[in-house]
Amino acid sequence: MITAVQKPFEEIYQNIKGIEKLLVLGCGSCVTVCMAGGEKEVEILSSSIRLANRQNGLSMEVAEGTIERQCDREFFDSAKKMIDEADAVISMACGVGVQFLAEEFKGKVVFPALNTKFYGATDEQGVWSERCAGCGDCKLTDFGGICPVARCSKSLMNGPCGGSSEGMCEVDPETTPCGWQLIFDRMKELGQLEKLEKTHPPVDWSSGRDGGPGRIIREDVKL
Amino acid sequence: MKNLKTGSNLEKVFESGNFAVTAELGPPKSIDAEIIRKKAGYLRGYVDAVNITDNQTAIVRMSSIAAGLLAIKEGLEPIIQITCRDRNRIAIQSDVLGASALGIKNILALSGDHQKFGNHPGTKNVFDIDSIQLIGILSEMRDKKIFQNGEEIKNSKNAPPAAPEIYIGGAANPFGDPLEFRPVRLAKKINAGADFIQTQCIYDMERFSLWMEKIRERGLHTKIKIMAGVTPLKSAGMARYMRDSVAGLTIPDYYIERLSKAEDPVSEGLAICVEQILELKKIEGLSGIHIMAIEWERKVPEIVDAAGLYPRPEV
Repeated sequence: MITAVQKPFEEIYQNIKGIEKLLVLGCGSCVTVCMAGGEKEVEILSSSIRLANRQNGLSMEVAEGTIERQCDREFFDSAKKMIDEADAVISMACGVGVQFLAEEFKGKVVFPALNTKFYGATDEQGVWSERCAGCGDCKLTDFGGICPVARCSKSLMNGPCGGSSEGMCEVDPETTPCGWQLIFDRMKELGQLEKLEKTHPPVDWSSGRDGGPGRIIREDVKL
Repeated sequence: MKNLKTGSNLEKVFESGNFAVTAELGPPKSIDAEIIRKKAGYLRGYVDAVNITDNQTAIVRMSSIAAGLLAIKEGLEPIIQITCRDRNRIAIQSDVLGASALGIKNILALSGDHQKFGNHPGTKNVFDIDSIQLIGILSEMRDKKIFQNGEEIKNSKNAPPAAPEIYIGGAANPFGDPLEFRPVRLAKKINAGADFIQTQCIYDMERFSLWMEKIRERGLHTKIKIMAGVTPLKSAGMARYMRDSVAGLTIPDYYIERLSKAEDPVSEGLAICVEQILELKKIEGLSGIHIMAIEWERKVPEIVDAAGLYPRPEV
């Protein structure tokens, strides 16, 4: 999923000064799963805004809504009326959703409520960590299913740097495992250590972000 | 002397069968070239070549190529360090051409310390290539006279190739985890075309000997010149700090004890360093010593002399 965390309340609140009709719009997909921008978080943020407004003696109408996804046009239909009626929308989606909402409702002021972080998984309740860097040319076959691009702090392709210590990465030794220790352990488990002797040539990064903003065109499924 | 790959003095020292000595010279955090001249003055005649660090620990310093040129003017042969942290393959290859045109003959390829440890922690890192890929690029630039993209290194279609002649170095950390993978990584550096490697500073002689054993088992010592890294300790405090803050670095308690009991910890630290070098010299498969006297270059002559490595050979 795409993971995100909520921005500090003060930063969000700063943006909506002077707004009379506000809509807080959640997203029912990734950010609901990572507990950052779903229905529940919409409710909490909206209440916080109302409370702050009361304390500041401001009158602002704060409406709430959550749609299935903010990255698919069709789901905006159910919220169209609410969005049209609002002066501004706080989107609790990831950066994709915020932008798509702004594109769909031209002239509507849209603010982000979240900081989008990474493509990650839920390690345990309340803990998420990165797995994929979206490089556009999946290399997991060679590394036992653990990605050196995403999981090594330096995206090293040929083994760990000198900063791997007792399984942890020196960049964050408390919480971040050394990606290469994970790869090594996994390959050992699979009896495929000899695969790690292969030298990987420089990566062609043009398949990912370095090729410019990404676009996928599938003629076979286009209407 | 067999066919040399470059005009590097360091290569000649190795190839004439001598035990080589290198040291480290950290460029200043300003434009103060006098600092380089001063440090070069300490080292001249006592080392075969000197590493010029590339923004080490991710702290902005004078560029290693510029400082290297200043070192050449002071009569030292530089080993320019190039990290993969700050430059992509375009910038690195461009710098290699420039360095070579300025008379630099040795380059040491490194991944580079993560920017988190430096004075611009909010910067964006590059890591377009890794140190092993960089070694590969350097060796192809030299031996095949081509860039990473396969194009010949020449100024125009009809011009003859004009490629850098670089003696290629790498680094090795015998104590980094996973220990079992370290010799594999060294083998990859050899396969990529490294001519010599310098190790992380060694204090745990026992663990280092074990690593060398693994290296000899694979016959790697016959394919590359291995230089053992040492760093003289100035005090028990410094030793504890290094032990606790540098990933993968272990300093045995007996050295720390010796330093804390010593009346003159500085002399004791130098004595320990000399003892280490003498011990390292006996290890089969080692071709030289790399002295990393951090901001303590003036003590290098004393160490080299006491270890019986002075005068340096004229080759």
